[in-house]
Amino acid sequence: MNLPSLETAQKLGLLPEEFAYIQEILGRQPNFTELSAYAAMWSEHCSYKNSILWLKKLPKSSPRMLAEAGQENAGLVDIGGGLACAFKIESHNHPSALEPYQGAATGVGGINRDIFTMGARPIAQMNTLRFGDLSLARTRYLLRGVVKGIGDYGNAFGVPTVAGELFFDECYNTNPLVNAFSAGIVETGKIASAIAYGAGNPVFIVGSATGKDGIHGAAFASKDLTESSIDDLPAVQVGDPFQEKLLLEASLEVIASGAVVGIQDMGAAGIICSTSEMSAKGQHGMRINLDKVPLRQANMQAWEILLSESQERMLVVGQKGREAEIEAIFEKWDLHAVQIGEVIEGGRLEFFQNGEQVADLPAESLVLGGGAPVYTREYQEPAYYQTFKKFNIEEVPQPGPEELPQIARFLLAHPNICSRRWVYEQYDSMVGTVNANTNAPADAAVVWIKPPQGGLATKALVMSVDCNGRHVHADPEIGTMMAVCESARNVVCAGGEPVAITNNLNFGNPYNPEVYWQFVGAIQGMIKACEKLGTPVTGGNVSFYNQSSTVGKDGGNVSNAVFPTPTIGMLGLLDDPAHRMSLHFKAEDDFIYLIGEALNDLAGSEYLYSYRQIKASPPPAFDLDTEYRLQEVLKILIRNGLLQSAHDLSEGGLWVALAESAMPLSLGFQVKSFLKLRPDAFWFGENASRVLVSVHPHQKEAFEDTMEKADFAYALLGRVGGAAMGVDGQTWLTIAEAQDLYNQALGQWMEG
Amino acid sequence: MKVFVAEIEVMPRKEILDPQGKAIALGLANLGLEGVQEVRMGKHIQLQLQATDEAEAVQKTEAACRQLLVNAIMEDFTFQLHPQQG
Amino acid sequence: MKFAVLVFPGSNCDDDLVYVLREIMGQSVVKIWHKDHDLQGAEVVMVPGGFAYGDYLRAGAIARFSPIMREVAAHAQRGGYVWGICNGFQILTEAGLLEGALLRNLSRQYICKNIYLRTLSTQTLLTRQLDSSKAYCIPMAHGEGRYYAPMNILKKLQDQDQILFQYCEADGSVSEAANLNGSLLNIAGICNPARNVFGMMPHPERAADEMLGNTDGRLFFESLLGTLLEKV
Repeated sequence: MNLPSLETAQKLGLLPEEFAYIQEILGRQPNFTELSAYAAMWSEHCSYKNSILWLKKLPKSSPRMLAEAGQENAGLVDIGGGLACAFKIESHNHPSALEPYQGAATGVGGINRDIFTMGARPIAQMNTLRFGDLSLARTRYLLRGVVKGIGDYGNAFGVPTVAGELFFDECYNTNPLVNAFSAGIVETGKIASAIAYGAGNPVFIVGSATGKDGIHGAAFASKDLTESSIDDLPAVQVGDPFQEKLLLEASLEVIASGAVVGIQDMGAAGIICSTSEMSAKGQHGMRINLDKVPLRQANMQAWEILLSESQERMLVVGQKGREAEIEAIFEKWDLHAVQIGEVIEGGRLEFFQNGEQVADLPAESLVLGGGAPVYTREYQEPAYYQTFKKFNIEEVPQPGPEELPQIARFLLAHPNICSRRWVYEQYDSMVGTVNANTNAPADAAVVWIKPPQGGLATKALVMSVDCNGRHVHADPEIGTMMAVCESARNVVCAGGEPVAITNNLNFGNPYNPEVYWQFVGAIQGMIKACEKLGTPVTGGNVSFYNQSSTVGKDGGNVSNAVFPTPTIGMLGLLDDPAHRMSLHFKAEDDFIYLIGEALNDLAGSEYLYSYRQIKASPPPAFDLDTEYRLQEVLKILIRNGLLQSAHDLSEGGLWVALAESAMPLSLGFQVKSFLKLRPDAFWFGENASRVLVSVHPHQKEAFEDTMEKADFAYALLGRVGGAAMGVDGQTWLTIAEAQDLYNQALGQWMEG
Repeated sequence: MKVFVAEIEVMPRKEILDPQGKAIALGLANLGLEGVQEVRMGKHIQLQLQATDEAEAVQKTEAACRQLLVNAIMEDFTFQLHPQQG
Repeated sequence: MKFAVLVFPGSNCDDDLVYVLREIMGQSVVKIWHKDHDLQGAEVVMVPGGFAYGDYLRAGAIARFSPIMREVAAHAQRGGYVWGICNGFQILTEAGLLEGALLRNLSRQYICKNIYLRTLSTQTLLTRQLDSSKAYCIPMAHGEGRYYAPMNILKKLQDQDQILFQYCEADGSVSEAANLNGSLLNIAGICNPARNVFGMMPHPERAADEMLGNTDGRLFFESLLGTLLEKV
């Protein structure tokens, strides 16, 4: 057989220097199977080769961390009481653009496997979605498919979807973003690891049979080399939540049995990824007989089996002598654990097919942190950055009093602000009976932790996913700081203590220096905010190439990339159920306060962007120290029981926060502006670090005392009551009108 | 104009995983029905259409399949046409 | 009181029922795998929600052939209590232990939200302590919950007082708008003619814990337990 040429290596996506490096590692020419293995493992997706240098700078340590970023399939945080929380967010952007239903469904499947391969039972999921202009039929097709895909998979799998994010902007027209988050609970003594050691220990493949899924790139490169037919390549991977549910139960049972050395989900790059990562971590190797791998399609080549990304599969390394026990557990769940090889001394991966060795590779050389390449990319500030800074609020027309109610309506019904019920009612948000928000909405999801050993729940996870890509685009460093802070603020508003984050870094082409500048800025902002708030980064996912055109060696224009969108998934803890806080007004006559300063600021607001159609502006005013102090004073207020409600200000500013606090129990309000600012800046501006709270009349004094002692800005806005939403003596809307607008808007877009 | 009846079979493409078929096969096996394998599940769609002749009916049915009834990324289709009786 | 919670491959509300029955109601509960042949002396058999066999083919269609279902039928035949919720209701109709069928929601969408239920018949152990003038707030979460039965069966259900629950407004009035899945006669739950097998689409076990801010569903469990304890 002819050994592959440089040209083939390039078709596989390898650079000439990478091809040379492979020859140096092996001390010989690689065959096609080996070359494909390197191409897959050294791809951006598996190797993080263009991001790892910067990711390493992120803060990673805290006394609560049980596994550092990159060590395991997901981050692992000690939550006390002998329990740990495994959590992570991951993207499925490109598959969702191709086939939204299956793309999103398999994304949900993948992230949950990352959690339960650590021995943790997933207890809650969230997702963050970005789509293009909602007036386009394609956008609605994608949204409909993605929501149904997430719903059908998550609902059947039986883990509640408890929160999420949905944002529309034309920059996502071609490239939607679909990021899925999952969190699970494990007893600290039962944590499983993605590791292989102990020569002679059996290696099993478990779950679905292997088909030619997800091997297009390699298949194209192989065309002139093999008989493999392009025709029988599945265009789409199909998820099977039923299989996943069985895999979950069987995996947790087999981990609990103690018969398992290590276990890893098969995601990107399939068998080659899990065998190499588990082996490298345990400083061992494996001898694998590919003839033993159960196949879904006939006549699969060795490289096809190694690279296949078929869903719902696991690699399990068992204890020698306990094979029958492992097989019996999987049989009980109608799954088959098939032994495909064994762990061997030394660090080599030896693959055999039809009695011949088809690949012989040092495991370490394939993996991130081992032999995988690491690149320094250049970056350059794009021109728009300075242009955006020149924004001058004086150039924005001022609305008169008669226009204000019209703007108020516009914002409540805007796709980026209106109720997401059309989406979340398609998700099972209540299975597991742990979602505390069903009957009391809050800024962050509050999910009770049922002790795995039995007994009543007494603690909760408090979680939020956030990122305003528009702000990150305008200023990557500040916008990312704001995203971290908003997610923490949401957790604090719900009564939680922020603990750690996971991130999903969605960017354009890293070979474009202006895109890379956005990436670097985002990392720098994340470092600053995470250090200030004491919330380390436990891991996550990088998704580059979210770009409609990547033509040219500079990787296309920065303007055809999506907004840089570093989604933050914040994990918090609530140790005392009494400290839980919800966002809605509770009773007539309660006082309404704004905590934080009102500024004459319209920059980066939804009002400016969508109503005024002014798209060039920096992010809203933001100061990290002020944000920190805000969160500290909020914690004191909530823990001392001084608040009836707390709701963070974000898109749509003070007005939308008021409306969202008023609608759940249909309690209106009368409020007055307390500063001589432009009315649009006062009511619709989005300057950061502000929270709307309501206070019981008996606690007014104690509340004000606390604020004075903390020396933090606050002001009385008005009182709860009536059926009207009264602003400066004018009824903008009745509660019923607001509810109609807000609750129906998205459904009307989608159902016509 | 003549009226034709189209009997359309939509099946998951053969190379693609069919979770429904797989679960049905498992159910049949658990039922004790041995030897059943390779279960795949699709849809049968019946529609009437008007066309001047069979060629046009074929063309219309194909258009219906390609544009709406079938997700070409994941499904294949076949159909049979016959003139409506009576 | 001893409860058995069945577990089919794909069940996902089994642990929620165990939590409510054991931790909140203080009852004895065993989980029983669908391939088992023994109900272990349980007095009430719970058929939980979820997606048994992925709900592939038809919801409940494959699960009804599981070995344990023979024991469940025998238990019901002996007058033992069986209560199916959501997917459990679907399985009981497929198994012929309850009449009718559950079709795809009229909206063709899965719907998960709080809805209101009205008790039509209080002549069962499950509903005896419920107040027929009150609307109970109970979550629904299904894609295939549209109750359907031919006219003659519907008439029989009415004549024999077998309709336990109807979808209604917050004030208890029965309206088309409250009938989110499009069920005939707004039917949300029924019993068999012998009144010992119950099926309902909404999930009372999701509204039985104070920590979740709604305990309307707990009344259903209390009614069942109260009347059962009374009998002993």
